[in-house]
Amino acid sequence: MSRRVVITGLGVISPNGNGVAEFELALRKGKSGLALQPSMVEAGFNCHVAAVPQGVDALAQAAFREEELLAMNTSHRYAALAALEAWQDAGFTRPEAGDDRVDWDSGAVLGTGIGGMDTIAERVVPLVNAKRSKRLGSTAVEQVMASGISARVSGVLALGNQVTTNSSACATGVEAVAEGTWRIRAGRAERMLCGGAEVPSPYIWAGFDAMRVLSRKFNDQPEKASRPMSASAGGFIPGCGSGVLVLESLDSALARGARIRAEVLGVATNCGGHRGGGSMTSPNPTGVQRCIQAALADAALEPARIDAISGHLTATGADPKEVASWSRALGRGPADFPVITSTKSLIGHALGAAGAIESVAAVLMLEGGFVHASRNCEDVHPEIEPFAASIPHETRAVPGLSVMMKAGFGFGDVNAALVLRKWQ
Amino acid sequence: MTAKEVQDRVVKILTPYVKDEKALATAGPSTNILEDLKVNSARLVDVVLAFEDEFDIEIADEDVETVNTIGDCVTLIQQKVA
Repeated sequence: MSRRVVITGLGVISPNGNGVAEFELALRKGKSGLALQPSMVEAGFNCHVAAVPQGVDALAQAAFREEELLAMNTSHRYAALAALEAWQDAGFTRPEAGDDRVDWDSGAVLGTGIGGMDTIAERVVPLVNAKRSKRLGSTAVEQVMASGISARVSGVLALGNQVTTNSSACATGVEAVAEGTWRIRAGRAERMLCGGAEVPSPYIWAGFDAMRVLSRKFNDQPEKASRPMSASAGGFIPGCGSGVLVLESLDSALARGARIRAEVLGVATNCGGHRGGGSMTSPNPTGVQRCIQAALADAALEPARIDAISGHLTATGADPKEVASWSRALGRGPADFPVITSTKSLIGHALGAAGAIESVAAVLMLEGGFVHASRNCEDVHPEIEPFAASIPHETRAVPGLSVMMKAGFGFGDVNAALVLRKWQ
Repeated sequence: MTAKEVQDRVVKILTPYVKDEKALATAGPSTNILEDLKVNSARLVDVVLAFEDEFDIEIADEDVETVNTIGDCVTLIQQKVA
């Protein structure tokens, strides 16, 4: 059994805009979510810039009861707000408190890269070290368990199908969409909320800073600090937030007259096996190319049909290799290369949530017929220079935009790729 | 501190955890916290921590086992404060 899978709802908490309407406007305007972080300066990091959603606590206060809020850390708030928006965007209503019915046909794959690090760092470690662990109360476990975010969302929406949290570093968000697609195709669910969440925490960012993979040369110009595809790129800017997509069987979406935002035509995941140039921290190009090709094959599309690419493109030394891999995998050189953009130029790298937020962005671009500005690469990297005409430095209207690929490549040499098609 | 004063503060602490808000409106000493107010049993741990903060007392795990009703809370807190 293989069924068509469509996207009927979107929700997002992003450093440059919360909620789909604000986020789409931010994408169109090329609005940056990067800002100086006093916590990073204070901690003596080399990188002082991160991208953090604003105003989330006020949104959470408005959306959740006090009892719920008492148990929700930042990742729960991000994921639950994005999931609630996506669910309502898909035309469903939130179950009333006291309504005991369960939706057995709907589930969730909501991933995270690092999990409840804020709770671990700010509550668990200090209280245990002070021999006051009793003061943790009842909520520490549900906040630090990796599956806390998907568990929280299932409680808010009474989801009764598979509810799980995936984790594959920076490929997590894209992988979640692939997992949900497979489950619906196989007839095991009608709807899956797919995506991920990551929190802002200097305790997460510290390790990346120590690895010297964070941008450090643009601390005095925060909005310029995330520079994918640029010759002056010197590392990524850490970000955070949440993106959630409601995936649904085409049958279910048509039967209930849902607005369809896009179709998930093809998905693939793999690993480069830490061979052929791949390692824990860098991708085996063959693995990357095979993943892209597998997603295309799954979509049964010729490479020439790809109109645009939303790359992984973090602003590290991996960018030129990634562009080369896209070119090789698609068999398309500079002369006929698709438009390529990096959402991380606007919102930094949201780690486990990156692929989720960027997949939301990809659907909005397909619907709206535009590709958002890939900022801060006026000085295109010399190895990417031949492809410069494919990079929109300003948001570009692409009237015939029909098929977009979105990929995520993560530590562990893991890869995930999607082929998304505009619905018409 | 009178029993009524303690009870009012106990009810205030319980309020965010109560799932049956109608039961809260008529709550009295015999109101059962789990059965009548439908408080999630896992959250009793947090309620006890809040009692400790509110009344500047320490409540041992054995004491918690004796607490079922709002009246039990009031009695325990009055013992500890005294």
